[in-house]
Amino acid sequence: MNEKPRVLVLLAAGINRDGDAQNAFTRAGADAERVHINDLVDGRKKLKDYQILMLPGGFSFGDDIASGKVLANKLKYKLKDDLLEFVGDGKLVLGVCNGFQVMVKLGILPGFDGDYMRQDVTLTHNDSGKFEDRWVHLKVNPQSNCVFTRGIEKVIYVPICHGEGKFIPEDDATLARLRHNGQVAAEYVDEHGTHGGYPINPNGSVEHIAGICDETGRVFGMMPHPENYIVRTQHPRWTREQLADEGDGLAIFKNAVDYVKKEL
Amino acid sequence: MWRVEVALKPGITDALGNSVQKQIIEDLRIDVESVETIDVYTISASLSREQAEIVARDLLADPITQNYHINENTGKPFTVAIEVGYKPGVTDNVGVTTVEGIEDLLAIEYPEGEAVHTSKLYLLNGNLTEDDARRICLGLLANSLIEHFQIWGAGADIQATAEHITGPAQMAEFKPVVAEVDLDVSDEELIEISRQGVLSLNLEEMRLIRDYFKDEAVLDERARMGLGPRPTDVELEMLAQTWSEHCKHKIFNANIEYTEDGKVERIASLFKQYIRRATEEIARTKKDWLVSVFVDNAGVVTFDDDYNMVFKVETHNHPSALDPYGGAITGIVGVNRDPMGTGIGSELIFNTDVFCFGPPDFSYEKLPQSVLHPKRIFKGVRKGVEDGGNKIGIPTVNGAILFDEAYVYNPLVYCGTGGFMKKVINGKPSHEKHVEPGDLIVMTGGRIGKDGIHGATFSSVALDEGTSSAAVQIGAPIVQRKMQDALKEARELGLYRAITDNGAGGLSSSVGEMSEFSGGCEVDLEKAPLKYAGLQPWELWVSESQERMTLAVPPQDIDAFLELCERRDVEATVIGTFTDSGKIHVKYDGKTVLYLNSEFVHEGLPGLELTAAWRPQSQAEPERLPVDSAALTGALKKILGSYNVCSKEWVIRQYDHEVQGGSVVKPLVGIANDGPSDGAVIRPRIDSTRGIAVANGINPKYGEIDTYAMAASAIDEAVRNIVAVGGDPDRVAILDNFCWGNPILSDTNPDGDHKLAQLVRANKACYDTAVGLGTPFISGKDSFHNEYKLGDKTIAIPPTLLISAIGIVPDVERAVTMDAKAPGDAVYVLGLTKDELGGSHYYMLNGYNGRNVPAVDTASALALYRALHGAMREGLVASCHDCSEGGIAAAAAESAFAGGLGMRIDISQAPTLGELADEVLLFSESNSRFVVTVSHDNRAAFEAALVGNALAAVGEVTGDNRITITGADGATLIDAGNDELREAWQAPLRW
Repeated sequence: MNEKPRVLVLLAAGINRDGDAQNAFTRAGADAERVHINDLVDGRKKLKDYQILMLPGGFSFGDDIASGKVLANKLKYKLKDDLLEFVGDGKLVLGVCNGFQVMVKLGILPGFDGDYMRQDVTLTHNDSGKFEDRWVHLKVNPQSNCVFTRGIEKVIYVPICHGEGKFIPEDDATLARLRHNGQVAAEYVDEHGTHGGYPINPNGSVEHIAGICDETGRVFGMMPHPENYIVRTQHPRWTREQLADEGDGLAIFKNAVDYVKKEL
Repeated sequence: MWRVEVALKPGITDALGNSVQKQIIEDLRIDVESVETIDVYTISASLSREQAEIVARDLLADPITQNYHINENTGKPFTVAIEVGYKPGVTDNVGVTTVEGIEDLLAIEYPEGEAVHTSKLYLLNGNLTEDDARRICLGLLANSLIEHFQIWGAGADIQATAEHITGPAQMAEFKPVVAEVDLDVSDEELIEISRQGVLSLNLEEMRLIRDYFKDEAVLDERARMGLGPRPTDVELEMLAQTWSEHCKHKIFNANIEYTEDGKVERIASLFKQYIRRATEEIARTKKDWLVSVFVDNAGVVTFDDDYNMVFKVETHNHPSALDPYGGAITGIVGVNRDPMGTGIGSELIFNTDVFCFGPPDFSYEKLPQSVLHPKRIFKGVRKGVEDGGNKIGIPTVNGAILFDEAYVYNPLVYCGTGGFMKKVINGKPSHEKHVEPGDLIVMTGGRIGKDGIHGATFSSVALDEGTSSAAVQIGAPIVQRKMQDALKEARELGLYRAITDNGAGGLSSSVGEMSEFSGGCEVDLEKAPLKYAGLQPWELWVSESQERMTLAVPPQDIDAFLELCERRDVEATVIGTFTDSGKIHVKYDGKTVLYLNSEFVHEGLPGLELTAAWRPQSQAEPERLPVDSAALTGALKKILGSYNVCSKEWVIRQYDHEVQGGSVVKPLVGIANDGPSDGAVIRPRIDSTRGIAVANGINPKYGEIDTYAMAASAIDEAVRNIVAVGGDPDRVAILDNFCWGNPILSDTNPDGDHKLAQLVRANKACYDTAVGLGTPFISGKDSFHNEYKLGDKTIAIPPTLLISAIGIVPDVERAVTMDAKAPGDAVYVLGLTKDELGGSHYYMLNGYNGRNVPAVDTASALALYRALHGAMREGLVASCHDCSEGGIAAAAAESAFAGGLGMRIDISQAPTLGELADEVLLFSESNSRFVVTVSHDNRAAFEAALVGNALAAVGEVTGDNRITITGADGATLIDAGNDELREAWQAPLRW
């Protein structure tokens, strides 16, 4: 397609990085619109009018009970058909932080065998027991077919801001399957690309997993915030390092935009 | 009734349990082997077993990490089990969300009046006595003012014996009662009526109200409305709230007879004479920049041609003393509503918080039973800020935490929020407020409960051992965020005309104030939605339940407005109409319960007549003894490791300072992202490089010597912190925030006149310094009565003035951070160092306070700030660090270790006033100074840009990770490795 890809940035009670996600997609060349979930439920807006669904960060419904759980249930019980159709049409879904938490609790990730409504993994309280805002390094898995991380070869630097980001798969078989399918798209590492303990792995995630995609690579979620490093001055050390004008995180949004332009 | 216990599966880390265990061991010094936490949901709805099973499985328990147990024990072992949940009537956010989750899941409507109650069950193992269990419960896990708890011993059957808390008891038959109060009584009885009702009205005010109800015209009108000659409780409560110190700033508007050195001066309103007059004088040259000052919920100044910025800082001291978590969270969400309710409402772009606590290592033995330990207050407040700020999605970009024993009984919690608004929205200036007669009064957001009744008048009395919890409440950030989002949409669609927040005094205040714009109002109180039945009309009218805004909606827009709110799950209710009748008219079920002349309510309050007498403290400078290098190096380490100066990283990292993506100068900077920023810079629009700087200045230690110096220093500190990060000194606006003891002289407050004199001197400094630096006050706040009655002793806080500053950074690409950048860069000291160790951290090490408190020379300060800013605009400054607590030595050390570099400094080169001893040079806290580093190539241009100002090159940045400071004869004064200095600085609050 030639026109700008249309992104639906989902808004719901307690979502708060909707503006950040909108900025990132806008910079990446998309036409991003914030849409309240109730406008989808009552049909004022239609998911099928968009090519990318963005589930932003925040504290949907206060993260009460467990992070992302209540919003996941809303999507499951009120928008299931629209969502399945959207994914079935080969479109893209990105979730960041709370959006990622929603996705795993909904089951759209990892979406084994195309079953997008079964929970196989979870994101839970950081081992530190604390919410933390700190910058982390990520290594992208070159074997993954994730469309969002394509071509990102260097270690990227982005912030995390979460209290429940520890990735846990149901069992070893689930983990092995994620690995085998190339669904582990991003891992916490140090600046040299090496795994390590806290704070390199900031939350105690199993096998340092920071983000996973579905089997198609078109549905992707991650705990860190690529949308908060899209320009140089967001970097914590921009006053002392030589940096590109464009932040590391923007590549993820550009990949999504490029994919839609080429494939949809 | 279903009781669902959700526990972690074996092998899953219990992060919360571990953190509780750590606190029990470290804070309470009780040895405990393990702590396991279990989430408990008590579901009162008449669900079937099958439905309860679905709810537990698909909503409450995570299938990967958790198991659930319905009406059965988990079977997990424990020596002691403690369950804690909110008392009935206290907001249970998780419970409310769970109801919504159940409705989604089962596609049912949850029965009206039923609820889900949540609690936390802690299973503790170890050698614990019954007494240990109580200490753990009351000292850490539960606040008995607002929380219910239950303790079991080993082997107990928890399921069978757990008390089911489901919600406020339902009143079988609620009858609204409006009482009439007889004011035709003796003076003593008038005072007693005021005291018993927590009205906080003095005798003169009570008499004035009594006389109003003797006016024949008033009585005639009342009779026509069906009201008798006596005021109703609704009327008396409204007058008390509206005339409270909190709402009317009676002390700041009082006539004061001020005596100093035998000279008597009459001051007609501190506010008008010093604060507002300063702004008026500055406005002569900065008129276009100031947009809305003192008249609204927050101050408004220009950001650029298209946008304004908005700023307000509030205090939430009393509630935070009683329930630190709830107090802080309501402090944050409360101050959020100020910019949200300014003009027609602004977007919220940053939070800033400043706290004053008792020392975290304060002796438990010395603590009265009714007072929470400072460490607990600290942790609770921090958690409240996390939940308030993070969940609403506003970055907490800046702040300060001070510790002093003076704040053990009265902690201070300052919460500030910045806003951002288009100058013109739908063709109208956004900062103006306007209400037409006929506009509908709409209340949005949360519902009204008994929580938070008497907050405004409660803040005007001293805390004591028997203070009740009525004024404490738990905020619901998500309710507010939903409302904030919906109101943003409504604003862009032009669906309302005016907005204000419900803070102190609740509806009586918000509707009362807005009705001034139209000339009156008529309210049907029974329409206001309630959290639960059983509120009397007066309670409805003055309750300060959180998360509510009051709007004026034109009749033609009301349907669209209400429909939008409904689609956003935001409750909005028409509760009346604005009129031009000149009357505030409130009805309940059609019957008039309040009928007051608007003018009497708003203008009827007479000014206070107060006396102030300045009695200078006889302070002396300590005798100066010879000190060697080891002692000076040790002093530096101790200052860096003092609670006030040490790293606050543990706190800062738990606040989201990245959300909204505008962060340019973060609170932590430097090579390892751990150096202390002087101020924050944010970039509110990613497509513009114009930025906003935010900083604070506060120094109560100086006030113990002279509040004039304290206030002048606080303003200078706030402004120089703005300049340090790249802010333009000619575009800085400030807020004052006075926290004091009771400054009204009386038999029970014999030094009230001195406290008032301290306030007068602080105000004089505010005027002189603000005018001198050209920084206008745009809004402010005052909180008196920060006192605690312990037996027959009254403990007051020291006078504490927080100055919060907001400034323009013309180009964020030129912002500067405090970390030294490269070996070989030159180190400069800017500004004169003077013999000013009074109130310094150096003196504090030895228990002195001294006399020579730092003064401010505004003329030279402003010249320096302008020149430095010019150099920054040219990109000539590599790093810049404010010189304050710990003086040049601490500033240089912080700059060096934040940069991962060393410094070699000859401090005898620093510009001084007169000849100074080594320790004065190193540690004096003279104002208006910076430690700056400049690359070799920029030195000449930098010195040219600063010509005419006091500055000197004193050394260079080195690559050897060592700070070496030498004195006049080349003698080494300080020599220490970065690692030991950084460790001293980071260790104290690395929890």
